[in-house]
Amino acid sequence: MTTILIKNARVLGGDPCDILIRDGVIAEVGAAAGKSGKAETIDATGLVALPGLVDLHTHLREPGREDAETVQTGTQAAARGGFTAVHAMANTSPVADTAGVVEQVWRLGQEYGHCDVQPVGAVTSGLEGRQLAELGAMADSAARVRVFSDDGKCVSDAVLMRRALEYVKAFDGVVAQHAQEPRLTEGAQVNEGEISGRLGLTGWPAVAEEAIIARDCLLAAHVGSRLHVCHVSTAGSVEIIRWAKSKGWDVTAEVTPHHLLLTDACVERSPVGPYNPIYKVNPPLRTNEDVLALREALADGTIDCVATDHAPHPVEDKETEWAAAAMGMIGLETALSVVQEAMVETGLLDWAGVADRMSYRPARIGRLSGHGSPLEAGAAANITLCDPSVRTAVDPAAMASKSRNTPYEGMTLPGRVVATLLRGRPTVLEGKLV
Amino acid sequence: MKRHLISAGDLTRDDALLVLDTAEELARVSERSIKKLPTLRGRTVVNLFYEDSTRTRISFEAAAKRLSADVINFSAKGSSVSKGESLKDTALTLEAMGADAVVIRHAASGAPHRLANWVRGSVVNAGDGTHEHPTQALLDAFSMRRRMGRVEGLKVAIVGDVLHSRVARSNVLLLHALGAEVTLVAPPTLLPVAVDTWPCQVSYDLDAVLPKSDVVMMLRVQLERMNAAYFPSAREYSRRYGLDRERFARLHDDAIVMHPGPMNRGMEISAEVADSPRSTIVEQVANGVTVRMAVLYLLLSGSEPAIGGDL
Repeated sequence: MTTILIKNARVLGGDPCDILIRDGVIAEVGAAAGKSGKAETIDATGLVALPGLVDLHTHLREPGREDAETVQTGTQAAARGGFTAVHAMANTSPVADTAGVVEQVWRLGQEYGHCDVQPVGAVTSGLEGRQLAELGAMADSAARVRVFSDDGKCVSDAVLMRRALEYVKAFDGVVAQHAQEPRLTEGAQVNEGEISGRLGLTGWPAVAEEAIIARDCLLAAHVGSRLHVCHVSTAGSVEIIRWAKSKGWDVTAEVTPHHLLLTDACVERSPVGPYNPIYKVNPPLRTNEDVLALREALADGTIDCVATDHAPHPVEDKETEWAAAAMGMIGLETALSVVQEAMVETGLLDWAGVADRMSYRPARIGRLSGHGSPLEAGAAANITLCDPSVRTAVDPAAMASKSRNTPYEGMTLPGRVVATLLRGRPTVLEGKLV
Repeated sequence: MKRHLISAGDLTRDDALLVLDTAEELARVSERSIKKLPTLRGRTVVNLFYEDSTRTRISFEAAAKRLSADVINFSAKGSSVSKGESLKDTALTLEAMGADAVVIRHAASGAPHRLANWVRGSVVNAGDGTHEHPTQALLDAFSMRRRMGRVEGLKVAIVGDVLHSRVARSNVLLLHALGAEVTLVAPPTLLPVAVDTWPCQVSYDLDAVLPKSDVVMMLRVQLERMNAAYFPSAREYSRRYGLDRERFARLHDDAIVMHPGPMNRGMEISAEVADSPRSTIVEQVANGVTVRMAVLYLLLSGSEPAIGGDL
């Protein structure tokens, strides 16, 4: 019987107490020190204890782009970032559109053991937007897929989207939509606005996201299904989702850390001049007004959760002219720090709110059992310990991810993940992988 | 240290006037039978052209040669670039060869900014995507000043596909710095969404703007824009935004007509207008060499560049 005692942890930022873990399950929370017997002890004095973080949106790149990331390195990055479960997006090569591929990814996650890997299944075969993938086979596989997404591409065909929403009801699935009207975003490079005009880059208008979200909310209501909106990036999208929720429709949404902190001004001004593709991401960085609306929506629950959209790319895919560069940023190892900066330091969320938006709600949306439970006796011991008192400069070279495309290089961010426990087993201790 | 000319916005009013005044002096050299100056002897200027643009390339080539610089023309077609070499690797190659200046034309907006991260020499933007073309704006201002005697206070109408025009962007910035009043004229589809934040006026009505203009600059309109629904047909575009004889007659007597070339005669400009004595189109080409000489001279001849910007 393995016993671990976490001493003096501030659970959800509350008063210091002890957490006793036996055989991967929380046995007691409180003054447990006396009853621990021969326990391995983690001194958590000054640290905040959160339920293990859950990411609904991670690109692990395996199979196919192992030069950018693998299940191993991606889950190491996740553990370092305080995550105990990640949802691996389907846009791999081959695409995760069959039971075989999702089971392979799921098994790799189990083998490495840094965090649980819950594969997301493609909505359409090959992400081609023509024919439904075998959603039921993926749902019934060992990977037990519940989240389906063509992320990277929008399911733009209204009939196909309607059918997908209807079909997944049979196994309590959810369609996670990458909301991007394709015709309105042909060749799009940056948010359409002042900066796209000045820089002469093709604009990605907010309406291309908002129009799809509005349509999908209506479709979800019509067929009585669940819709999840990926990486919401505009103030207008927030208003539409707020309206859909006010109707009682089963619509959830996520926001990325980078859309909570950065704006398209980064494209015009950076330490290495304008047009630095490190800021190229889809959907694009928006305006300050959008950032403030997204923060407010995350605070009031209109947006349910933070999801990283961790998108690793090798150096050569970013050291290019803007238009030629790949879209995406890594984010697993900085997510909690960015949320602390954007939401906690600003007084918009307390640590209980962070636990809700980064653990409880994403686990519930993904129907992920064993994750996203409050730190109480009887719950699986998925625990993240972080030190909110330190501020450190982001160093890409120190990251566990195989890729280095972080937009926060050199920025000083608060908070540091000190330890992560997956079912009572430390995956990270003293900030280092175990 | 300032060492590049990537955006017209890098130039202060004083910088811009220095280029124009230097060009004026150099113009006298161009009028001599022996056109060459020894100023940049031993310096290497690379013309790195990722897009076909014979007129801009030979203009820079002539400018560099008249200053006695060694010129290397690096055309992307048929070179290592067409075999997939990245801009960075090309830049490192040019750097290793000791290029003092790289004149770059590229289809991607911002490519000169990226290049400037990878070379020590000066970067001169010879047109990047739909972003900027600062030496075109300088030669346009120079041509205006030669014809009209001044730039400050001139009312300049820039007409056509502003959305995709690097010439329009550079001209708005430069002419604003020099105190001219710019009005952009285009169908709403060919204007950027936030054009109201630019330092200029905007109009959809060419006929209303023409009588008030001292300079009318017509932009090239690419026919493929029609297929993307920017306008219904070439005929309709020409009727609403083309400078034909009737519209030309509405200009005041001293007003001039400019075009950066190459022209679509019969589309944005009629042949009669293009060939009229009040058109500066051929002068613009000659002035292009002079102004580019001034830019290369000011960036390369001293120990410190006299104009330009850093990243």
